[in-house]
Amino acid sequence: MTGLRRFARNRLAVVGAVALAVLVLFVLVGPLVYPTEQVATDLGAANLPPGVDGHPLGTDALGYDNLGRLTVAGRVSLLVGVLAGALATVVGTLWGAVAGYVGGVVDAVMMRVVDAGIAIPAIFLLLVLSTIVRPTVGMMIVVLGLVSWLVPARLIRAEALSVRTRDYVVAARAMGATHRRTVLTHVIPNTVGTVVVNATFQVADAILLVAYISFLGMGVQPPTTDWGAMLNDGINYIYQGAWWLILPPGLAIVIVVCALNFVGDGLRDVVDVKGRTA
Amino acid sequence: MTTAIPARSGAVEAGAAAPAPVRAARGGFGRFLIRRVLQALAVILVVSVIVFALLHALPGGPARGVLGQQATPEQIAAFEAANGLDQPVVLQYLSFLGRSLTGDLGESYLLNQSVSDAIALRLPKTLLLTGLSLVVAVLVAVPAGIYQAVRRNRAVDYWLSTLAIVAYSTPTFFLGMLLILLLSQNAGLFPAAAPQGTGIAEVLAQPAGLVLPVLTGAVPIVATFSRYMRSSTLDNLGEDYVRTARAKGTAYRRVVLRHVLRNSLTPVVAMLGYYLPVMFGGALVVEQLFNYPGMGLLFWSAAQSSDFPELLGCVLVISVATVVGSLLADLLQALLDPRTRGGLR
Repeated sequence: MTGLRRFARNRLAVVGAVALAVLVLFVLVGPLVYPTEQVATDLGAANLPPGVDGHPLGTDALGYDNLGRLTVAGRVSLLVGVLAGALATVVGTLWGAVAGYVGGVVDAVMMRVVDAGIAIPAIFLLLVLSTIVRPTVGMMIVVLGLVSWLVPARLIRAEALSVRTRDYVVAARAMGATHRRTVLTHVIPNTVGTVVVNATFQVADAILLVAYISFLGMGVQPPTTDWGAMLNDGINYIYQGAWWLILPPGLAIVIVVCALNFVGDGLRDVVDVKGRTA
Repeated sequence: MTTAIPARSGAVEAGAAAPAPVRAARGGFGRFLIRRVLQALAVILVVSVIVFALLHALPGGPARGVLGQQATPEQIAAFEAANGLDQPVVLQYLSFLGRSLTGDLGESYLLNQSVSDAIALRLPKTLLLTGLSLVVAVLVAVPAGIYQAVRRNRAVDYWLSTLAIVAYSTPTFFLGMLLILLLSQNAGLFPAAAPQGTGIAEVLAQPAGLVLPVLTGAVPIVATFSRYMRSSTLDNLGEDYVRTARAKGTAYRRVVLRHVLRNSLTPVVAMLGYYLPVMFGGALVVEQLFNYPGMGLLFWSAAQSSDFPELLGCVLVISVATVVGSLLADLLQALLDPRTRGGLR
């Protein structure tokens, strides 16, 4: 059965893929068809409930249209999540492939570094780093990527350990391929299934992490905003029952992270060789 | 139709990871113990290097961190000479390591208190909150996981697995805000502010205030652990001893509750150790949201005011606690299940 049909058989994965497509369209096209003022404040129109004065989702404490804000904030959340997840995947794959391929003392040292990184909870490390560097969008991507490459490193190392004993790797070495060439053209391509599936989960986790950091007030700074920062602004009005400042950005995060997890599970069905006969 | 959602072997939340394969020397618990303890010590050493490097990555180094951005070069030079910062980096690291080992983590800029005193005052309250969340979570997750495994690939398993993914995908702070909106703001059942006070006793004296923080902390743990419990139970249901017990006429219910439960719990118990960093991360958010006076809130305030000794002291303590936690979990698992000591299966 082809990969696409295997993917399509997992209904949740299909739902996830559709939800992702809708959300990406929403944040990319949204500001074009529904342009709103998101820099200059309008205190005369602050804290309006949904539906009043042509604001479908109301306004926040500075008078920003909440629906429009949801789209521009989503751009930041998704951009940081995708690029940080990609960076973590690249660094983790290279690290894990080299450790697993070389083995021995090098492997042991490299994996203790990974263990140590995993022992430091990511949120704590990220908060420390945000106090050291100014959290711009670019900096958030780099910092998040450098904090979350550890899990893919472990997964790819485990794969590389088995791949390096295969005949084609031994043959490549016998024919005089350099270690660098062997790792890049034989070891890593044969772990690509694991890499792709994990990358989906990495992006999901990066989107969650960036929301946590912004919620704690240590993320991207105004006028830039993201979904986590919107929730951080909204919590001050929770006791006035301003649910429209809390539910939309919160649900957006839940939907995008859920969708990525469903898609990741669907992709795993596609690449999982063991499951193919079952 | 794929209804089974395997426990994800990747990040569970914010940097957690599946247990590293427990590899041990063949032959006995003693050698395994020595090997595993040495490995943990190596990890702690690397953690200390990372924390030390962070301290030196501060703009202008630790001196500017303490003296502030207005300090003159002369003041910085004097501070560096007085604190040994003009010495070679290796010597500085060794003295940092020595001080950390004796529990001297420096002085907080913000609180008129040593870092270790500040942590010692708040850590018990964080452990209380996290412990309560964990107890609640395990009481829900273990029965849920077993039930799903027994009813595998039926509608109820499918829905519970999906619910677990949704719960896992919900940021802790959003969940906490929803609970505040529903149970505190609308229904008025529980207060949204956590108990205050310096001691555990004062916190425990206000149980109503603990309900929402404990619940918020418990949900993500349920989401993760029910999935591990489900897959662990499934593994065991396929074992020969289940077939043997059934063949000898033991009721299915009894096999599950007496044999499978015991064997399935072992890897889940071991997961607890690896789950510690996630629980500390969760505590940070829950404490900040409900204003609970624990170590997470201490850390958050330190980040707000760039109190670096406090920040790095907390990171060091939490990381060492995590390493020790996973060590204990591995040792416990090796004691309970000799197969994980390696190769003897």
